[in-house]
Amino acid sequence: MAKLPTDIPELVKQFGPTMHSVPPGGWAHTGQDETLVKTHCCFCGQQCGIQLRVRDNKVVGFEPWESFPFNRGKLCPKGVKRYMQDEHPDRLKSPMQRIEGQGFAPIAWDAAMERVVGEIRRIQETYGNDAFGILSGASLTNEKAYLMGKFARVALRTANIDYNGRLCMVSAGAASKKVFGIDRSANPWSDIPKAKVILVAGANIAECAPITTDYLWQARDNGGKLIILDPRMTPIARNADLFIPVRSGGDIGVFNGMLHVMIERGWIDRDFIAQHTTGFNEVIESVKKYTPEYAAKIAGVPAELIVKAAELWGPAPTSFLLHARGIEHHSKGVDNCLAAINLVVASGRIGREGCGYAMITGQGNGQGAREQGQKCDQLPGNRDISNPEHRKYIAGVWGVAEESIPQKGLSAVPLVEAIHEGKIKGLLSICFNPVVSLPDSNFTRAALEKLEFYVNIEFFLSESARYADIVLAGSLMEEDDGTTTNVEGRVIRHRRAVTPPDGAREDWKILNEIASRLGHADKFNYNSPREIFEELRIASKGGVSDYSGMTWDRIGENNGLFWPCPENGHPGTPRLYEGGKFGHPDGKAHFIPIDWHPSAEMPDEEYPIILTTGRVVSHFLSGTQTRRIASLMEQYPQPRCEIHPRLAEKLGIADNDFVKVESRRGQIVVRAQLVKTIRPDTVFVPYHWPLDRSANNCTIRAIDPVSNIPEFKICAVRVSKTEEPTDAIAKLEMEAGGIR
Amino acid sequence: MSESAFFIDHSRCIGCQSCVQACAECDTHRGVSMIHLETIQRSDSVQTAPQVCMHCEDPICARVCPADAIKKTPDGVVQSSLKPRCIGCSNCVVSCPFGVPKYSAQIDQMMKCDMCYDRSSIGKKPMCASVCPSGALTYTTMEEIQRTRSGIPINTWRFGEEIVKTKVYVMVPREVERIDVSLVQISGTPSPLAADPYDVALMLEGAQ
Repeated sequence: MAKLPTDIPELVKQFGPTMHSVPPGGWAHTGQDETLVKTHCCFCGQQCGIQLRVRDNKVVGFEPWESFPFNRGKLCPKGVKRYMQDEHPDRLKSPMQRIEGQGFAPIAWDAAMERVVGEIRRIQETYGNDAFGILSGASLTNEKAYLMGKFARVALRTANIDYNGRLCMVSAGAASKKVFGIDRSANPWSDIPKAKVILVAGANIAECAPITTDYLWQARDNGGKLIILDPRMTPIARNADLFIPVRSGGDIGVFNGMLHVMIERGWIDRDFIAQHTTGFNEVIESVKKYTPEYAAKIAGVPAELIVKAAELWGPAPTSFLLHARGIEHHSKGVDNCLAAINLVVASGRIGREGCGYAMITGQGNGQGAREQGQKCDQLPGNRDISNPEHRKYIAGVWGVAEESIPQKGLSAVPLVEAIHEGKIKGLLSICFNPVVSLPDSNFTRAALEKLEFYVNIEFFLSESARYADIVLAGSLMEEDDGTTTNVEGRVIRHRRAVTPPDGAREDWKILNEIASRLGHADKFNYNSPREIFEELRIASKGGVSDYSGMTWDRIGENNGLFWPCPENGHPGTPRLYEGGKFGHPDGKAHFIPIDWHPSAEMPDEEYPIILTTGRVVSHFLSGTQTRRIASLMEQYPQPRCEIHPRLAEKLGIADNDFVKVESRRGQIVVRAQLVKTIRPDTVFVPYHWPLDRSANNCTIRAIDPVSNIPEFKICAVRVSKTEEPTDAIAKLEMEAGGIR
Repeated sequence: MSESAFFIDHSRCIGCQSCVQACAECDTHRGVSMIHLETIQRSDSVQTAPQVCMHCEDPICARVCPADAIKKTPDGVVQSSLKPRCIGCSNCVVSCPFGVPKYSAQIDQMMKCDMCYDRSSIGKKPMCASVCPSGALTYTTMEEIQRTRSGIPINTWRFGEEIVKTKVYVMVPREVERIDVSLVQISGTPSPLAADPYDVALMLEGAQ
């Protein structure tokens, strides 16, 4: 509702972010009366196994969990310090209501619920059901993700629910579905070390999926070759056999150029293509013009690098493709993935040991949270909300009339645009910090200011929650039971380590209660997350992501089960597409010809530099959690603008200068970091910070027509030296958006 | 005594600082990290290098300690200085060829990596080598490292005229037998740009 209730420094004073640096009981208190709880890190889609040390219902440290097969005790710095989010001074321990001119004040649960339910009713009765939207999260457990989808369609009957996986996995998912008929990494990670060539496209693995690094190095120690595509020399690119410093948005040049050379030299598997695929002739036609020279112009790299890549990839006996946001965060994100996947299918190297491909999910439950029906176009089990058969099945599971289930709603960016246009008047959000994570932050802030009512379920008062009318104190991952599905498609158990603090509640209980008060108690009468999972199993039965043969106990005993797992006792399916059997009704993989086109905003005279954004190793997504952990902040305290010395010299910028990065939409002021490890036509700023340090002030609200992913990886900016800012925001601590 | 040994593979390091963060979680010095992670020259490269105590067979730090405060366990782990003996003179700090010991003014004592002796002495891995996501730090058996890595482990160093053998191994290409560290004259003229292997601008020359 309207503007912030009070100024930002006052809100920061009341609710942080502030830093937490000492575990409960102090550093000296160790060992006694502790229990170890085997669970998983919540700070990315790798979902590493970890043991939390618990004493007196407090998480006081961690211990490596070496027998969990995916990470074998290994952790990145976020995993090591993730326990510091517990017992945090900023933790919300009561529902809060907005007080004009003051900020937020505690309110009783009953009164908060009354208000929420009253406003949902008022808005839906006045403007229609779809005028109340939901923004959900991809770091929620499967159980919560399932519940959010059902809550929207059954309790609110709104079409407009989407989630922040829209900013993460949707391009990869859409491409995978188009080619293979299934949206999941095709192989378990244990296949990676067996590959003789690995192509990593747009994935800063060392920083965004650090555990995967060891799998790459194992492959290298086994004699495998590594090809990396990235505009920046990332830590894995430094030691690669071939590093291609591709221009952001130019990846299709490399992929199509490689395929052109492979076809020319006969490095394709004609038998496999004939037996197991469709559409290759169209692809041959489409890549004819992609000679290395033509392709190199698109990619912005020397032609010989593309030829070398084809020479490594083409004749290899085994191979593995990994891609992530670098190629996916584009208004042609799906096309980028399709062109990459064509290299896999043309080689025939998929569905067997050491051969395949994977997309690297970024968010905590990046895989699972996109399967349970909280996407605007989807029902549980990866079902299609516009398919009558799918609707009918889920209506049966939910005990509702098929026609009562809304049709496809708006995805995240159009949903926020509809708020801005005044079409959506009310919003419930959970696990989503749109003012930091969506592109074009000024627009997002303006949209939230227009809401008539906004309720936010949170454990810390995120930058977006500041715009809320009611904030409901929810739960951290370690305060609840559930499952997630890791980057490989392995469903794993998160075990409750502690209970939520007095005054906060488990998220599913909050949703149960709202739904009940809205008159749907019979459909939302769960007593535990396990009961939600039991319903999810049935809802997923017969769907693509079939969990119906899994139980929490079996998942725990087996260190996870891979879907599909369609009947009781089924061992799960670690590797998809064995024997060349794909997920489409015809059982074949479908080639799709791809032609390159420019990004939504290319550099020009006015804004001559490419801005690309991404993550750093010590922070997670919008920073709501990691900007509150002192040791992670010390590692990377404020965003810096990486700039090549050649470009910096032209612009009169020296290392550590304050620089203004401006686009047509907004600007930030940050410190410059001069590095030779980036293309001279490109600057990089990580996005984890808010306000005047938010890289998304500059990014463009352009989305892929199929996946609706925003184009975070390329927009046009100008960069100039500036004075040290001295305004009130600049003076805040760095975790709150200040600058030093 | 465990049969496992400590191996550093610099080519695997990604600079993530997991080792630094986890070292500070070790129960004997919780809150303080003992490992050093060096960023070589960020302007030129993303290369980083982790440095644990190498646990020399004949530790120079102990030899130069006037207070006899630095002891080696029977299984070859060189410990931090003994609190009652350490006089804070920092002889060890300046003499260690690997730059490992650090003097802490707060406690007036030298502290350094002790290979997580509370863990490694009972068969557990040191914290840093447990968590290291890249395998740059590994605590395992000699057979296992030889089976799984393309390089070879060595533990012989030459610093000028001095040969040093360490308990900790580093992984090197197969043809290397010993690491020779000699003094080099740093000239006044910077090396020419063309010699820079990690400059992306140079890699792009020839692009249209």
